[in-house]
Amino acid sequence: MSSNLKIMWHQGKQFIPDVTKANIPGIFRGRPVISTAKVNESALIGLCPTKAITGNPVCIDLGKCTFCGECAMQFPDKISFTKEYKLSTNERSGLIIKEGEDQPILINPELVRSEIKRIFGGSLKLRQVSAGGDNSCEIELNATNNVNFDISRFGIDFVASPRHSDGLVITGPITENMAESLERCYQAVPNPKIIILAGTDAISGGIFADSPALNRVFLTKHTVDLYVPGNPVHPLTFINGLLTLLRK
Amino acid sequence: MRDITILNNTAVVLNDIPELDYREFMDYNLAMMSDRPKRHCVLYFGCKNDNNVRLFCCIADDATHLIHVNSSVISPSAVLPSFTARNHNFEKFERELHENFGISYSDHPWLKPLRYAYDRFDKHQTIENYPFCKSESEELHEVGVGPIHAGIIEPGHFRFICNGEQIMHLEIQFGYQHRGIEQLFLQKKKLLERTTLAEDIAGDTTVGHTTAFVNLWESLCGCKPDFPLDYSRTLALELERIAIHTGDLSGVCTDIGYQLGNAVLGRLRTPIINFMQEWSGSRFAKGLIRAGKTNFPFTGDLSGRLQDILNAYEPDFDEITDKLFHLPSALSRMEKTGVVSYGQVLEIGTVGMAARMSGLSRDIRVSHPFCLYGSSIIHQPIIKHHGDVYSRVQIRREEIKQSIDYVRKLIEYVPEFPKTEISTMTPGSDKFVLSLVEGWRGEICHCAITDHAGNLVAYKIKDPSFHNWMALAEAVKNNEISDFPICNKSFNLSYCGQDL
Repeated sequence: MSSNLKIMWHQGKQFIPDVTKANIPGIFRGRPVISTAKVNESALIGLCPTKAITGNPVCIDLGKCTFCGECAMQFPDKISFTKEYKLSTNERSGLIIKEGEDQPILINPELVRSEIKRIFGGSLKLRQVSAGGDNSCEIELNATNNVNFDISRFGIDFVASPRHSDGLVITGPITENMAESLERCYQAVPNPKIIILAGTDAISGGIFADSPALNRVFLTKHTVDLYVPGNPVHPLTFINGLLTLLRK
Repeated sequence: MRDITILNNTAVVLNDIPELDYREFMDYNLAMMSDRPKRHCVLYFGCKNDNNVRLFCCIADDATHLIHVNSSVISPSAVLPSFTARNHNFEKFERELHENFGISYSDHPWLKPLRYAYDRFDKHQTIENYPFCKSESEELHEVGVGPIHAGIIEPGHFRFICNGEQIMHLEIQFGYQHRGIEQLFLQKKKLLERTTLAEDIAGDTTVGHTTAFVNLWESLCGCKPDFPLDYSRTLALELERIAIHTGDLSGVCTDIGYQLGNAVLGRLRTPIINFMQEWSGSRFAKGLIRAGKTNFPFTGDLSGRLQDILNAYEPDFDEITDKLFHLPSALSRMEKTGVVSYGQVLEIGTVGMAARMSGLSRDIRVSHPFCLYGSSIIHQPIIKHHGDVYSRVQIRREEIKQSIDYVRKLIEYVPEFPKTEISTMTPGSDKFVLSLVEGWRGEICHCAITDHAGNLVAYKIKDPSFHNWMALAEAVKNNEISDFPICNKSFNLSYCGQDL
């Protein structure tokens, strides 16, 4: 018993007191900023492995970006990644960063269904479905509940059954072989329910976007309530996105 | 000459690989492996060759560091005798050949779909109607789990046949994660696209798979990475091992209901992956490993940071693992649970931890050295003999300590990184190259073949999980079904690495 207490004492304080203001150590590729500097646009566009960069004006789609940082390495005057980890939004177009704009990514309050804050504001139970996810997003979603990030202190939990849940968190590009299971899982969640897409692969298919092994019909049938970009998503991006969606 | 011998990461001319008649090909390769635990098949695959299929068999010899390669051209409509009937190492390989090309075998004992690839030969086979092993007995019952599991993990389906609480048989069905990665390697022509694909083969082994890819690519282009590149890859591989092993120990604690161990080991993983991010901008090192260059040179400052992190990590790690390894209630859950014998792992052909847990020494860091292994790091594999959950947990604990030693040794002296610049890398024409890497799970194998214009015509990936899943199915037999989670966690195998 005393050794248990000693072990606990040795851990010190591990939790992040305020997840909305936490500082990410070292380098981190968060929300990019695109300057108005003139560069060889076609070279810049051609560089991106997932066609996330488009021209005239230069834009980066964070729903497609793998955050590899190659564009910022080769065009440092044009593109830089800030350490801003609040990247989640409920509008697909909100993920597109335009040249010359340095604005935070926000959640559009008009698009948040009224029942979300009313019913899920104090407690949200989520079911995670990996549909071709590479296990990095899955590990990060697990990390949201470790002693550092501790998402359950906000009343948000991952549960074992869709029938106990208020919505789905989908990772991965949605493979053909998982398409039916995903739909069935969604149908098993009682109403009202939400859908969260976590990670670049889920939002756009990422590097797999043009693979014939995918079936993304699910996303044309149902409305997405939150897009959480990242490759994988950072736990702070996920937690902050949910908190803004749920809280007044 | 009935085979050609190559070294890890050495490109050879495709036409130098001998082409044998199928019968001779089979007899020769099986004879080479018979009663020789030091030899195992690292890759056996097919490549379309006009209307035929050319089979390539690659057998690695751990004692000589050599890999024996030969081939055979067959018609996909032929009915062939199987390797598997004589050596079970080939079971998955032949299922893949059957699924992709429609090759039939007269005596394969278990010719079932492997991953329901989108470009499979028989589209009538769908994932909804997998032919599970059935029991007619009225005393036995079946338990189906998945594809969606209770935790936040990847999908796969487990079908148990149980006698009361006791597992008699487990069959694992895959394919849910299939993204068509091998075909995408051919479709996507840009190096950065392919590197991104390699990073996403299995996101928990980003460093392992990406290192396998870049080593292969550099060999294919005839360039040799300089010391600092090998240095950063070796360092990243050992850090990835420390991070994932720590997380796995935390997971095992969860599954035996030991909350303190779960919390402490879970939070000990954080500083290691956060260091990865300080170095490369990603907690999983996505963006770090690049062919012919690195965007993130390792510096003296980073070395100092890492030293501090390890100094803080080690006493806490020692304290909690000492506690765990002396806790009777924890030991009773781990010892003699999920046992796989030496004979079984040899028969399955497991690699990495899933071999070393049962006394089978398989470690690419020794047998087929790459990066700084065999030069700066003389690796000594950690071997256990009981093949149970406890052996797998012990290996992780000791490998973490060993990796920390390696990392400490590496960061004592930080090499000067040359200014990063991209040299144009052109793959050689008509080449065959094999790249082996010991990731934290075990042996990762990538293989590429180019045509006369230097374009990729085949890209094959083998994750350690490909063989090791069968070891899990064997491990749970005769255990209680309630022990399945801890057995599963103690292997921690990859679904997407298997499904590709």
